[in-house]
Amino acid sequence: MIRLDDLHKAFGPREVLRGVALEVPEGSSTVLLGRSGSGKSVLLKHIVGLMRPDQGAVWVDNREVAALDHDELNLLRREIGYVFQFAALFDSLTCAGNLRLALQRQRLDPDEAERRIAEALAMVGLAEAGERHPAELSGGMRKRIGIARAVVLRPRYILWDEPTTGLDPVTTATMDQMMLRVREELGVTSVIVTHDLGSAFKVGDRVALLHEGRVRATGTPAEIRASDDPVVRQFIEGRPE
Amino acid sequence: MPASPFAAIGRSSRLTVRALRDTEAWAPQLLAQMRRLGVASIPIALFIAVFTGIVLALLASYIFTGTVPMYFVGALVGKTVMMELGPVLTGMALAGRVGANIAAELGTMKVTEQVDALETLAWDPRSYLVVPRVLAATLMFPVVTAFAMGIGVIAGWITSVNLLDLSTPEFTKGLRSFYQFKDIWFGLVKAASFGAAVALIGARRGLATGGGAAGVGRETTRAVAEGCMAILVLDAFWALVLL
Repeated sequence: MIRLDDLHKAFGPREVLRGVALEVPEGSSTVLLGRSGSGKSVLLKHIVGLMRPDQGAVWVDNREVAALDHDELNLLRREIGYVFQFAALFDSLTCAGNLRLALQRQRLDPDEAERRIAEALAMVGLAEAGERHPAELSGGMRKRIGIARAVVLRPRYILWDEPTTGLDPVTTATMDQMMLRVREELGVTSVIVTHDLGSAFKVGDRVALLHEGRVRATGTPAEIRASDDPVVRQFIEGRPE
Repeated sequence: MPASPFAAIGRSSRLTVRALRDTEAWAPQLLAQMRRLGVASIPIALFIAVFTGIVLALLASYIFTGTVPMYFVGALVGKTVMMELGPVLTGMALAGRVGANIAAELGTMKVTEQVDALETLAWDPRSYLVVPRVLAATLMFPVVTAFAMGIGVIAGWITSVNLLDLSTPEFTKGLRSFYQFKDIWFGLVKAASFGAAVALIGARRGLATGGGAAGVGRETTRAVAEGCMAILVLDAFWALVLL
């Protein structure tokens, strides 16, 4: 389980997180909604230890992330797959090379590693793209390779940072399907950051709305849809301020 | 509260030792980086060395004519190319080429979240990105400088024989009469320190990049400027310590 306790983070005078409290139950797909710049990605980076909170704590399976030493943090990271907004693939490596680098720290038998790479590429529908470089792929394909790089680790958790941003409706639907498939086949716990409502209600079984640095509302997609909180309503209906 | 300088040095040393011990991360990349940062830099270093040798021979002739025996042209070309201009001018050229290359590459990786991705995959960016580049530059700057020294002296010799009224035996007499082995290792030690400084500054600037393409440009410019300044400071330091 992932738990965020009173999480604060500021960049200079700008307070991005002002006491976020959130629980992500084991096996759930929790969607974090919020406007651009509301700190959703910053929150994800705290979960995997890329950022340290100014105040408060992030707990993953009862381990406080900021208190872990280097080796403990690396062990934790082997259990967390991170899908970056723009894929963040290593452009000097082929797609298979990206997945191989991800697996290298797990010290698998080479045959087992290659088998897993082939499986992960097949899972995202890009079995033939292993020897291509990221620059040769479209944005949607790069995102799918980014997903393959996360799932090849066989993680217990996957953090998805804006998986559908910038994609056309068809590719967005494909990405939604892929997120559901990953959840079904691997049984992972997911935290999905997005501001795409259609995608959020399709793939999430829990939804949280981040507003002004705090969690404004949490609930099932149906509960969020039925909420009468004016901030939630404004976000769902897409009304201007 | 900001950390004390001693605490910062202690932390930095600990991180460096940890990065160096992670050979799995940097060792497989070392040869490729040596080729990219070193071997690929040889043409520009040799180009500079040729013209340095020519100018030094002409300058020596201009200074010595009528006052000092002309075979001293060989001495001046040899000493200056090996001890000073070979390492420093090569270092400056490589500060532009290598320092900019490292800062721009790592800066782009930083702004496209590739550095974050490395960390999430349990790779330390210091081990994976910084160590192979710094080691490659430290090892290859002296090699490139050694080539530049040789070519600089040969260019000075060819100039002396063809443009000045100097024979080959006269030029080599001057070259040999003041030569010490220290001339070479002094230049090569300096070159190694220049390589380490240029690569470290490039890596530091690259990993500190923020703000998209403009940030990459800004940090790359800083890396080159700071690399050149570091070379001049180190040049003075080695002169004070070793001469």
